[in-house]
Amino acid sequence: MASKANLMSVLESQRQNILAGWLQHLEQASASSKGRLSTADLKNQATEFLTILASTAQKHDIGDVGTEGWQPVRVFLDDLSRQRVIAGFSSDETATFIFSLKRPVFEALKQEAGSDVEKFAQETWAATELLDKLGLHTVKAFQMSREEVIGRQQLELLELSTPVVKLWDGILALPMIGTLDSARTQIVMESLLQKIIETESQIAIIDITGVPTVDTLVAQHLLKTVTAIRLMGADCIISGVRPQIAQTIVHLGVDLLGVTTKANLADALALALKRSGISFTKH
Amino acid sequence: MDRIPILRMGEFLLVTIQVDMHDQLALQLQDDLTRAIEKRAAKGVLIDISALEMVDSFIGRMIADISGMARILDARTVLVGMQPAVAITLVELGLSLPGVATALNVERGMVLLRRALTESSDDDRFIKR
Repeated sequence: MASKANLMSVLESQRQNILAGWLQHLEQASASSKGRLSTADLKNQATEFLTILASTAQKHDIGDVGTEGWQPVRVFLDDLSRQRVIAGFSSDETATFIFSLKRPVFEALKQEAGSDVEKFAQETWAATELLDKLGLHTVKAFQMSREEVIGRQQLELLELSTPVVKLWDGILALPMIGTLDSARTQIVMESLLQKIIETESQIAIIDITGVPTVDTLVAQHLLKTVTAIRLMGADCIISGVRPQIAQTIVHLGVDLLGVTTKANLADALALALKRSGISFTKH
Repeated sequence: MDRIPILRMGEFLLVTIQVDMHDQLALQLQDDLTRAIEKRAAKGVLIDISALEMVDSFIGRMIADISGMARILDARTVLVGMQPAVAITLVELGLSLPGVATALNVERGMVLLRRALTESSDDDRFIKR
């Protein structure tokens, strides 16, 4: 392929020019993100990328960057995107890394082509296609890294939001906060049941004061948890039912008749203590 | 063929399931237990499933069935020591075992059985009167 040979020869012969032009653009573009990435780092990254790009493009077809041969370039861009996600760059700032390479490359091609307009157009088109693909790959990698971060945070949140606390000897409480979905209920249920076994608690109080809304699904999950607790041989009280939630539950037609419910945690604790045969006297 | 032993403790029968249940073993247990209740005139059955780590719908139903059969033979059943994973599985299978008494461990199960026994003997007195 003629275009391949040419783009590559340009990358080789005019690498210093391209690098200088590219760095200039990069620095202009990253003026807003000063402090997050030093000029030296940027230069290192740019130099390394050009080296990898030149060596890869020499050996492999530049029409398809998805092939095995382009692996090193893709890996480099993946790493770069990940670093930038962590450093707090936006997606367009990350993509600019590749897109700002266009101009210096075009200029180099123009010089090389001289007066042959036809050839210059062809070369430009091939280079544009390649750089666009690489740019898109960068954005994709950036987004994937973002999603990874979000996923990890969700997991952490899940762990944070399900503490099982011991209120009294044999009485456990689980203050639920936030919206309940299947995944969360599953984890909540498992940790509560495990704790019941560990502490041999007879009564578990599920406090739903922090649950904003209850729909049929959430009610279903609650009922399942209550049933599982009963199967293990402990009792369950649901507390913190707010007026709106009580209305919703009745309107939804969910049958909570078999479940002890209390308006607040204090009432639930009082009932739990009474059932455990503990009483207080005021002096 | 291996069987699950049924131990006698006064008026109660004690069954500890320590192996993974398969269908044939479950049916055998059902058979043995009903015979034992009849033979010993047992008033209560305590089934310890704390070592049971897996259940399917068949075993779940069998547990419910045993409880129903025992009740007809005038014995109360208490299921003790169910593991969290087992409880979750049963709930997901829709087997909430209504009418089966449960307790956290053997000790509490025994307390429950004794209480049930005194209550039922009160009932008898009431009827006689």
